[in-house]
Amino acid sequence: MTARAYNFAYLDEQTKRMIRRAILKAVAIPGYQVPFASREMPMPYGWGTGGVQVTAAILGPDDVLKVIDQGADDTTNAVSIRAFFVRTAGVRVTTDAEEATIIQTRHRVPETPLRQGQILVYQVPIPEPLRYLEPRETETRAMHALAEYGVMHVKLYEDISRHGHIATTYAYPARVADRYIMDPSPIPKFDNPKLDDCPALQLFGAGREKRIYAIPPHTSVVPLDFEDHPFERTKFDSACALCGATDAYLDEVVMDDAGGRMFVCSDTDYCAKRQTAKRKDAAE
Amino acid sequence: MMKPGTDNLLVVEGLDKTFTLHLHGGVRLPVVRGVAFAVRRGECVVLDGPSGAGKSSILKMVFGAYRADAGRILLADGDGLLDIATASPREVMRARRGVMSYVSQFLRVIPRVGAIDIVAAAAREAGREPEAARARAASLLTRLNLPERLWRLPPATFSGGEQQRVNIARGFAGGHALLILDEPTASLDAENRNAVVELIAERRAAGGGFLAIFHDEDVRARLADRLIDVTAFSAQQAA
Amino acid sequence: MSAALLAAEGLCKRYGPIQACRDISFEIDEGEALAIVGESGSGKTTLLNLIAGLTAPDSGQVRYRLRDGAVRDLSSLAEAERRALMRADWGFVHQDAARGLRMSISAGGNIGERLMALGDRHYGRIRAAAARWLERVEIPADRLDDPPWTYSGGMRQRLQIARNLVTSPRLVFMDEPTGGLDVSVQARLLDLIRGLIAEMGLAVVLVTHDLAVARLLSNRIVVMKGGEAIESGLTDRVLDDPKTPYAQLLVSSVLAV
Repeated sequence: MTARAYNFAYLDEQTKRMIRRAILKAVAIPGYQVPFASREMPMPYGWGTGGVQVTAAILGPDDVLKVIDQGADDTTNAVSIRAFFVRTAGVRVTTDAEEATIIQTRHRVPETPLRQGQILVYQVPIPEPLRYLEPRETETRAMHALAEYGVMHVKLYEDISRHGHIATTYAYPARVADRYIMDPSPIPKFDNPKLDDCPALQLFGAGREKRIYAIPPHTSVVPLDFEDHPFERTKFDSACALCGATDAYLDEVVMDDAGGRMFVCSDTDYCAKRQTAKRKDAAE
Repeated sequence: MMKPGTDNLLVVEGLDKTFTLHLHGGVRLPVVRGVAFAVRRGECVVLDGPSGAGKSSILKMVFGAYRADAGRILLADGDGLLDIATASPREVMRARRGVMSYVSQFLRVIPRVGAIDIVAAAAREAGREPEAARARAASLLTRLNLPERLWRLPPATFSGGEQQRVNIARGFAGGHALLILDEPTASLDAENRNAVVELIAERRAAGGGFLAIFHDEDVRARLADRLIDVTAFSAQQAA
Repeated sequence: MSAALLAAEGLCKRYGPIQACRDISFEIDEGEALAIVGESGSGKTTLLNLIAGLTAPDSGQVRYRLRDGAVRDLSSLAEAERRALMRADWGFVHQDAARGLRMSISAGGNIGERLMALGDRHYGRIRAAAARWLERVEIPADRLDDPPWTYSGGMRQRLQIARNLVTSPRLVFMDEPTGGLDVSVQARLLDLIRGLIAEMGLAVVLVTHDLAVARLLSNRIVVMKGGEAIESGLTDRVLDDPKTPYAQLLVSSVLAV
């Protein structure tokens, strides 16, 4: 099959229009989950179909696309989706977060600060932050409409009562523009502060659940907490073993079966750049 | 025709009562007709008559526990008069809180509540603060010779006489102006009967009014200021 | 003289050919407990749902006096207002505790939810308030972090009561609160409810088929049959001197009232 057999970026233009309309609504109501007619995609649910549809709807021939999965450009999910867009859109792809105009991500926010003009597309499994406590869709819609969010704090209360602290370490719920509470997708809570007042546009796509939501640039995103248990950013005990970064999210890599392990940056692009800079410094 | 005066606590006029037993083909049992009497402050009025004459029914109508078919039951309530026969449930409830109290022949036992709490609750309902109510309950139970070790226990396991003393204490706890007593001493021995008589006499001297049924001759002699012969109001001849 | 706390006027509701409620009217004030009694199919549960604003009447209205003194027709309330009322000013104790609780959330979370919904953001204070209420409903303090699916039926009911009363509501609806519980458990629960009604000056509307419960908890009673209020008045008067044939039948059918 050649690229010509597909419309640009796989989706037909009417579908792209439908998705863009949903995106416009989402941007107009920050944090609000807009239902959309999610299409059948050539990958199963759970593999980023929502993110792919959002990216496909906004992609243009001059865009530069980066795709990451858990921060890495070279894992299965990232590789497949990148190849998909190369095949169906022929756009330039990159691993450089500074160079990309669109970054599609699964479960991480790049360490490199984003700039105005960039779009970050998140892959979202369960968009509804209240789902854990309220299984009825009719009820969660009413709760969002009426800003009835007391039950979200019940979840955090439970964490503290069970673990002594808020144990939610990923998909940490946050309040957007002082109104809607959203699930930022399963990013580590380490990344939550990056969503706040971000210069880039952030779009969230859930393919199986058929929802799109958005955080426009420079919007307030405040994680939920208690007065006496405030939101705390995760701190790591060690630095990255490869580049020495102390301000990045680290992955734990098991080295052997004797308990040996090392911590390395989860963001491969960020880590690689820092290593290059270090080598350059050392060479000078 | 008795007119309500400032000294009258209760004026009953033209009171009629007939029971209609719908479950027995609607048979009608007339009880009393045209009952009329008054009770003044500091007075103990005793209803007299054989069993079945309607004495208890009259007491219950005054308290609002039975309906009156006709007539008026005028209770001095603050500044005015309240006709219990036609009053709304809310008005009767208010009258029971502040003006009249009823002591039945037997204590209606509810599980789990201690004797002193039953009595203190009655005092609280009449408006006392919790500590004062409890103190009053303790003092009444002491007067009525109920041993302190029983105070915290629910009366379900008490003897009949002990239960009745709790019942009486409850009736007196609120300091109501009018006390309605339906054979309060029937289950008591001589010593406890005496304690009750003294309690009544004391309250009467302090201005309390009583409408009561006593069968014991001795108690009557000591307490009754007036006897009302209920057979004079019998409805049976009229039926 | 201020308006009644809750006033129902001419309530009618039919479900197809069945007239579940026929022109029912009554009022209730703070500190009063009203029992609605009747056998199955009498319409008592429908009536409770009507006055709690859970169902809309076909005709008639229910008026409620808000905390600021304004009297509102329940059907005119916006959904947000109705929910706010249910959260802060009202309680609803269901017969089945599972309907009134979050079964997999700890007792503390269940009791604290209303406080959190009203904006309380201090974990320590919320937990302390929940612990106080647990004590008040006689649940052992060490069960604070246990979810109610680990509780017995009576404990669940008491937790449901705590969850409802934590915001000091003025009006509490109860639908057969002791239904299905063992006798000794019932006694304890009734005693608790009696005490709380007296202590907190609650207004209570209680639906029950059990006349003994009505006598214990209420001072006024409405007897329902076939959607109609057959007889109403002071509880002890209606139970001791019932006027209507049906009320007489009901009272005489019970072993010991």
